[in-house]
Amino acid sequence: MSGDESHMSAKLAGQDVSIAYGDRRIVENLDLLVPERRFTALVGPNGSGKSTILRTFAGLMAPSCGSIFLDGRSIATLGTREMARRVGVLLQGPVAPEGLTVRDLVQQGRYPHRSLFGRWSEADQAACDEALMLTGMTTLADTPLDTLSGGQRQRAWIAMTLAQQGEVLLLDEPTTYLDLAHQVELMDLITVLVRDHRKTVVAVLHDLNQAARYAEHIVLLKGGTISAAGRPSDVISQEAIADVFGVRSIVIRDPVAGTPLCIPL
Amino acid sequence: MNRRAGMDIARHRGRVAHDGSRLLGLFLLLCLLVAAASWSVAMGATRIPLPTIWAAVVDLDGSREHLLVMTIRLPRVLAAVLAGSALAVSGAIMQAVTNNPLASPGLLGINAGAAFAVVLVMTLFGAGVGDIYMWFAFAGAGAAALLVYAMGSFGPAGHSTIGLVIAGAVVATFLTALTSAVLIFDQNTLDAVRLWTAGSVSGRTMAQNAGVAPYIVAGLAVGLLLGRHLVTLSLGAEAARSLGQNPAVWRAISIGVVILLAGSAVSLAGPIGFVGLVVPHIARLTIGVDYRWIVPFSAVGGALLVVVADLAGRMIFGSQDFPVGVTTALIGAPFFLWLARSRAGSAT
Repeated sequence: MSGDESHMSAKLAGQDVSIAYGDRRIVENLDLLVPERRFTALVGPNGSGKSTILRTFAGLMAPSCGSIFLDGRSIATLGTREMARRVGVLLQGPVAPEGLTVRDLVQQGRYPHRSLFGRWSEADQAACDEALMLTGMTTLADTPLDTLSGGQRQRAWIAMTLAQQGEVLLLDEPTTYLDLAHQVELMDLITVLVRDHRKTVVAVLHDLNQAARYAEHIVLLKGGTISAAGRPSDVISQEAIADVFGVRSIVIRDPVAGTPLCIPL
Repeated sequence: MNRRAGMDIARHRGRVAHDGSRLLGLFLLLCLLVAAASWSVAMGATRIPLPTIWAAVVDLDGSREHLLVMTIRLPRVLAAVLAGSALAVSGAIMQAVTNNPLASPGLLGINAGAAFAVVLVMTLFGAGVGDIYMWFAFAGAGAAALLVYAMGSFGPAGHSTIGLVIAGAVVATFLTALTSAVLIFDQNTLDAVRLWTAGSVSGRTMAQNAGVAPYIVAGLAVGLLLGRHLVTLSLGAEAARSLGQNPAVWRAISIGVVILLAGSAVSLAGPIGFVGLVVPHIARLTIGVDYRWIVPFSAVGGALLVVVADLAGRMIFGSQDFPVGVTTALIGAPFFLWLARSRAGSAT
């Protein structure tokens, strides 16, 4: 272990990470810590690099320099399968082939646990059943995904990442395009996963107030760098919002949850 | 309420087939194939009873009927089985790998590449050089696949669905035109391959079947083992990667199997069209999107389509030489339309 105090409780850590698409630099010299068994929200305006950072932490993109550490080990040294056993990823707008059922999809979550031509095991079945139950999809298991509502489909994809049984879940805009009821349902599910199932969850969220209410750790991003990071009550202020989003606002206390609530002026 | 509605839709579409009934369906399809193949061997200018066919296979006695079975009828049916299953499975794999329902060895130019290579080598070295055709068919199929893949990835969209299909159509048309051009200047080769270029199993020999069979059997075996990995691949490259699959490796293996199967089938029976496109679709419409089942169903279904098409061509047109490539489309197209329409009707 390095002597750095902040690394001790970090599940995922990015050190001096720069990310580029071709010549275009998206993220420069980013140091980002994801606390273990907490719900971390990445928040920022469009183009602030939220999704790019998430995908890089998921190992789907290689940083142009710097490294990402999972439990103190660089993910560049982890194989694709090892990575998939430990980190589940929900991408933006995933598309399944027409006719694929929820069960078929969730079973794909066992891919990294099965040997090349290995048979379906009891453990595989148990993991899928649990994932379906946690997401409330058990009764819809044999339904084709294309006949489901957006919220149900999103839950099915999350069930697939749960079947991977990794300690970390990375979710890219999981609530975008969902109606309010489904958004609340999904946030409650994340809360349960973190509190009762010891998961570390990182989600890119569009809604600042949603992040403030549900997340335990907020990372405010602006132009590919971290503007502020910490507990919602420490991070969200009129000044921070003006700085990151360029919006004048007042911040009050949420009358229900007691978390900061931003009201644009 | 919402959940109940979802379940009803699922049941209505009939997509929730259990593995047991799928296995039974596969067995029935296999029985149908054996029946059609036996019938095909029995039918012809001389009707040969089934016991005689069986006797010829297990204990050849040199009689005229036995020789007819073993040197003409059976090789022809075996060629139809081999080519049909190889083309259908290569189509199924291509549709999974490219995430494109229009993909097939015919439409994406792979058959045309193999056919052009075979015609070229016949023109240069004369017809009847035997085994060497197959290697040229593999080379032609592989070159066409690479060309289509490279052309399909031009432009800002990268490997878009439409880009790949257009590239395939361009390459297929170009290579077919080139094949025609070569044949116009080479009358001898034209006479030898006139039927073959339309897709034909007429006049195949046991030796020719035996030459390609190992490659087709190997390709089918790998295709069957690919099933589960194809489902993962069909979720898209990024999702596959996040599940621990290396999409580049599995795509390369899959394309290798496609080239092996399509190249073998074309060198044996010519570029029979339609089988590779339509059989995987029929399988998907009947048993769902699980490639662990689509691959075996395509293998048996493709063989059945080509055997029946060949038999129908001989019976309806009364000619031993009628190219099976013509009849597969004549039979397959109406059947596919009927199936697609009846499925669309029941889904609403």
